[in-house]
Amino acid sequence: MLNPKLKLNPKIFNADVEQVPIRKGFGLGLLAAGEENKNVVALCADLTESTQMHLFADKFPERFVEIGVAEQNLATVASGMAAMGKIPFCSSYAMFSPGRNWEQIRTTIAYNDRPVKIVGSHAGISVGPDGGTHQALEDIALMRITPNMDVVSPCDSIEASKATQALAKSGRPAYIRLAREKTPIITTPDTPFKIGESQIFWLPDVGIAEVGIIVTGGLMYRALLAAKELEAEGIKTKVMNLASIKPMDMKGVIALAKEAGAIVSVEEHQVAGGMGSAVAEVLAQNFPVPLEFVGVQNKFGQSGTPDELIEHYDMGKDSIKASVKKVLKRKI
Amino acid sequence: MLTEHKIKELEVKANEIRESIIKMLVEAGSGHTAGPLGMADIFTLFYFHVLKHNPKKPDWEERDRLVLSNGHICPVLYATMAHAGYFPVSELQTLRKFGTRLQGHPHREYLPMLETSSGPLGAGLSQAVGMALAEKIDNGMSADRYIYCFMSDGELDEGNSWEAIMLAGKNRLRNLIAVIDRNNIQIDGYTENIMPLEPLADKWKAFNWHVIEVSGHDFQALSEAVEEAKGVFEKPTVIIAHNIPGKGVKEFERDYKWHGKPPSREEANMALKELRTLGGKIKSEHE
Repeated sequence: MLNPKLKLNPKIFNADVEQVPIRKGFGLGLLAAGEENKNVVALCADLTESTQMHLFADKFPERFVEIGVAEQNLATVASGMAAMGKIPFCSSYAMFSPGRNWEQIRTTIAYNDRPVKIVGSHAGISVGPDGGTHQALEDIALMRITPNMDVVSPCDSIEASKATQALAKSGRPAYIRLAREKTPIITTPDTPFKIGESQIFWLPDVGIAEVGIIVTGGLMYRALLAAKELEAEGIKTKVMNLASIKPMDMKGVIALAKEAGAIVSVEEHQVAGGMGSAVAEVLAQNFPVPLEFVGVQNKFGQSGTPDELIEHYDMGKDSIKASVKKVLKRKI
Repeated sequence: MLTEHKIKELEVKANEIRESIIKMLVEAGSGHTAGPLGMADIFTLFYFHVLKHNPKKPDWEERDRLVLSNGHICPVLYATMAHAGYFPVSELQTLRKFGTRLQGHPHREYLPMLETSSGPLGAGLSQAVGMALAEKIDNGMSADRYIYCFMSDGELDEGNSWEAIMLAGKNRLRNLIAVIDRNNIQIDGYTENIMPLEPLADKWKAFNWHVIEVSGHDFQALSEAVEEAKGVFEKPTVIIAHNIPGKGVKEFERDYKWHGKPPSREEANMALKELRTLGGKIKSEHE
């Protein structure tokens, strides 16, 4: 059942569940952060409306910098603004930032420890028809291996808004990953969010979980559908929302592994280096259990609808269910 | 206008800084020689005349910002900062050694009084642009904190440099002043052979910058260039400083082979001897 303590969207399993792009929540969150703190500034590389930064740019034109199609400049100019006390959010598509400008981010933002927020929109395979060049499947890895850098990947637009506002106050370099497509609303304004924390969105009606499903980003909806069907089939699971990939709620992840004894990670990202890898690093050192990884297996994407691609690359509801059953068999 | 007395004072200071550079490089056993020696006059002028700064209070909010983009010439930055009173001159001998604040390329985690970390080329000017943009947001056209960026000619090969040049021109950042160490060398050879930059001044002009060309070893001319730049209201300014790489030590001058290596002890002794006579202006090193 949905965790009653978290005040999640009660209509989530309805056919007509409200759907909003995750990036939209970023736009609203940035506007709110800008209203709260005059030091919040925004920079964009010619994708202002697409990344939903236009809400901020329209309201605070004097605090918005249009960089043009120049992602290396995007990151380094933001670093300079942060050096003067600003809290810069710089947005582009994830494929270009941090995809193209990783070294600039590393040296001028992370190495310098400047509180720049890198906003990677249109991440994952679900950007769809644009094809493989535009489908960032390596961005979580690029950012989480970078010292000083926090990494947040919200599951819906409401969480994206909260995450954006939290990052504006964190005082640290951070990456926030957004998706283009409409995504079902899972959380509500009352659902808690804190950098470094996780939440159990789904838990067994009675008893303990046999498998823990750890999810980051927009695949959460499919993971919840999978958990619901598995419950009907008699398999008890817990579904953890790991939006804050770094810092990670290690205690929560280890506790879930101890309870369930098997874990499935779910992310719209290469399996290598992503959230699942981060979970594996923690569990291998602290409480090794069988793990299965739902994600892209060392491949580039291609054109198609988001649904077609998620199915083709084995990240849909049925793939999640299959991984749960597979890991269950591996339990000793 | 600098007085005769002031120029003399700067000359002597620059010479001391060059001596420190030689000593620290030979002690470190690795590092870059030509660039630091060539930029010693400019660093001296800025830290002892141009900059609004306070070595005893490096985080003073109202200070001018000086971004060193080509981090590999940091021996001259460290030496000048030490001579200006930011930290003891004796600390220069720790350059590049384990546990030092004076990392092989500047890292502000180790030396927080640095405006930025640098090493990978082409990213300093854009950070300076960001600083100038922030200053413009805060203080509009009355902004009076100047943002200086010292950069190399070689790093103009980097695309990021030109992205920054374009953006600064677009935003008319009048308080941004770039200084190019136009010494015509880079690791693989002479800039015009590796990747021609000329007509360099025309390129910057085409990107809506005010351009001043000057000798990088003429204190009076350099000082006037900075004054001229401050008087330009609608554009950022670039000072293309024509520098002699390895300046001050005849054997090192104009030879690109000195870009990325330190002198041996023997070469260092020879160089120090030459420097102590202030390039022959003083007849005896004991005078």
